[in-house]
Amino acid sequence: MDRILQSLIDIVGEKAVSNHAEEIWYYARDPGVMPPHEPDYVVAPRTTEEVQRIVQLANRERIPIVPMGNGMALTGLVIPLKGGIVLDMKRMDRILEVNERGRYVIVEGGTSQGKLKSYLEDHYPHLRHSIPDAPAATTIAANVAIHGQGRLTQQYGFNSDMVTGLEVVLPTGEVCRIGSCSMGPYWFSKGPTLPDLSGLFLGWLGTTGIITKVGIRLYPRKKMRDVEIFVTDRDDLVADIVYRVTHTEMVEDITVWFQPKPLMFKDNNHITIYLTGDTDEELEFKRLMIWDALREFIDSKDGGFMSVQPLKPMLLEMPQRGIAAFADVPKGGGFEYSGPITLVDQYPMYAEKVKQLASKYNVVYAGTARIISGGHAMMFGISFAFNRADPDMIDRVRRAVHEATEFALDLGGIPWKPNIHEQKLAMERMDPNTLRLMKMIKQNLDPQGIMNPGNWEVG
Amino acid sequence: MEHAGIVHRCFRCGYCKFPGDYHDFNCPPHRVFGWDTYSCGGRMWLINAWLNQEIQPSQRFAEILFSCVACANCQEYCVYPFKDDLLAVFEETKTALVNGGLAPPAVRDYFKAIHVNGNPYKLPQEQRGRWAEGTGLEEFSGQEYLFYVGCVGSYDEIGMRMARSVGLMLKEAGYSIGYLGSRETCDGNEVKVLGETGLFSLLAEENIRKFREMGVKKVITLDPHALNVFRKEYPKLGADFQVWHFTEVLGQAVKQGRIVPSPYRVRVTYHDPCYLGRHNRIFKPPRSVLKRIPDLEVVEMRRSKEDSFCCGGGGGNFFTDILGGGEDSPNRVRIREAADTGAELLAVTCPTCAKMLTDALKAEDLQGRMEVVDLAEILRRAGVGC
Repeated sequence: MDRILQSLIDIVGEKAVSNHAEEIWYYARDPGVMPPHEPDYVVAPRTTEEVQRIVQLANRERIPIVPMGNGMALTGLVIPLKGGIVLDMKRMDRILEVNERGRYVIVEGGTSQGKLKSYLEDHYPHLRHSIPDAPAATTIAANVAIHGQGRLTQQYGFNSDMVTGLEVVLPTGEVCRIGSCSMGPYWFSKGPTLPDLSGLFLGWLGTTGIITKVGIRLYPRKKMRDVEIFVTDRDDLVADIVYRVTHTEMVEDITVWFQPKPLMFKDNNHITIYLTGDTDEELEFKRLMIWDALREFIDSKDGGFMSVQPLKPMLLEMPQRGIAAFADVPKGGGFEYSGPITLVDQYPMYAEKVKQLASKYNVVYAGTARIISGGHAMMFGISFAFNRADPDMIDRVRRAVHEATEFALDLGGIPWKPNIHEQKLAMERMDPNTLRLMKMIKQNLDPQGIMNPGNWEVG
Repeated sequence: MEHAGIVHRCFRCGYCKFPGDYHDFNCPPHRVFGWDTYSCGGRMWLINAWLNQEIQPSQRFAEILFSCVACANCQEYCVYPFKDDLLAVFEETKTALVNGGLAPPAVRDYFKAIHVNGNPYKLPQEQRGRWAEGTGLEEFSGQEYLFYVGCVGSYDEIGMRMARSVGLMLKEAGYSIGYLGSRETCDGNEVKVLGETGLFSLLAEENIRKFREMGVKKVITLDPHALNVFRKEYPKLGADFQVWHFTEVLGQAVKQGRIVPSPYRVRVTYHDPCYLGRHNRIFKPPRSVLKRIPDLEVVEMRRSKEDSFCCGGGGGNFFTDILGGGEDSPNRVRIREAADTGAELLAVTCPTCAKMLTDALKAEDLQGRMEVVDLAEILRRAGVGC
């Protein structure tokens, strides 16, 4: 038997290692448009110690290692570009501790968003986390590692801003705790008032370590949740509408979306506003404040609230399953998107660009903006669906997404969970000293270059 | 493959792996093996790769396909319009593997036993009616209902106990029933699920011919698997009899006052069999029977009704055991979940579930805390006036 395979079996047991053709084929790809590349082994650890021993082995043997949650970033971030080991983290899915009064939870690195949601509903019905609209199988650790967003991002920032501590296996095999948990039993702060070392891992796409435990903030779960949709056909008013709504400090989440189908949605921007409250009076007060903030647009007939009753079950669902259904619009099981982070003011240019690209490349589009931190920025999702059985359509989507990212970076945006090409585009535009700092950090943390190689590779 | 056109449409989003509230992975083979390849989405992607000749069929590929228990959790929670065809895709792939001689040995043995002996136990046909000995129940001779017991109810000790219990309760409730005994043949549900379409056709056509010759118009099944195949597949082959599961009949019986249960102070949790619940949407009748028993308390498991977790015996795994044993085996996971409710009785309505969960009870050493008991037996313990 292959020596490396035997070593991996010695660490995790036979059932948790595979080099069978089926797993090798499957773990070589994600559901996006990036080309596949095969790993040599897929390994599913159950403990931090097992992860540590795998990393130590990879270090000794100079084998690339790629940590994977559910592999739903869609941008090829878990495709093992240089082979080696894919670490499927999903068996490390225990919820370790909830500090109710401190409003944080500690989970293992493979815990799914769905499992935490369900656990909190069962045991801590007054608490919630910022669940993304990605499928429920996606993991908490992977989400923060890529600076994901969620239902509470409008109020509290990126989900990675909500991290309260990390346990990380460094590329050289040491287990390292980040934040208040490095000094004591509590996981209430990832950095302040210490040097914030979480930045060495968040946003690095698994190139600087493997997150084996993560603490995240929990927030009050109000008894009631409701939704309104404000519609305008004027792209140029969206930023102002968002500005006025966020000024009220009354809303949970805001997403803005437009799509060509069904026809009732065509040519309109839909500003979906989520409200929460503990009483009917609280909810009604917030609703009135929002209506009042948008009165001017209603009076000028530039916008108005649409009836949401039929859409409510779908809109209030967390996560929204309907988002995954977008992949089947061209009956082909795929969609890809570029999701740059940028200023809300730039909404009209982005909206125009999405439609241009869809027309140029003859692909189906959907545009969605998620408002971040009260309007400090937005994630603008430029999404194109494709038919997995149509290589030409896949190629067109790939080119459309690439052009969308170039457009966004030229406008001063920054890429979210960038694929390797987008990372290169970003690094080309980056201040040389910033780039040198990144290189210094990477070389020091991962001297062998084994962690998710190919990503954030500074030349 | 009839459904080849939908295989590439799976996005592998993973909703198919969960119950409605995402409490835990609800796909038994994924729960056991852990790899994404053993989930519904994984299978879809691998089948697509196989159709595109990117992977070759192998022992592993066959294990991935034949470990599916056909519990239909994926069909319940897939977000795509082709969700209802997922199990058909798996069946068609298994058929291709069977026809290509690539079925796992345990599956081949299963087919052979049914082909040669008419049952997977390799026991004589004459023993099929042994369960009814001493009950006073009669063989079918034109009674209003045929009581169809199936292979597990005919040959497995726990299944036979359940067949006796249900048969006697139906009789006490005044239903005119007869059983087939040595004339009974395997219904073929698992044969079809495992992809042996030729053998399935033989079994189904033989049963249809026999039922027609005997004048069978109405059938009550012990086994939800038989209900499923009789209700959904046999009509396509010309069957014209009506069929009910015994829980539907008992549900009507207590509602109509044909059975009047006496008080029975006991805490019960109910396990929804996949072929009764998700496949045939029969959730209420068994619960309505339990709720009609005075003083009996029904407590639901964390995963119930549409979210029920399979005992691991479906899709032929009861016989082929591709999922294997161990702490993570579905029946042991499920029995722990049942015990967590604090129930004294775990009510079952499927002989396969009864056997799987009884075995798990022993493996988990929970006999002192809980019993696995069929629904009719609970009525009997309560004491009924008919």
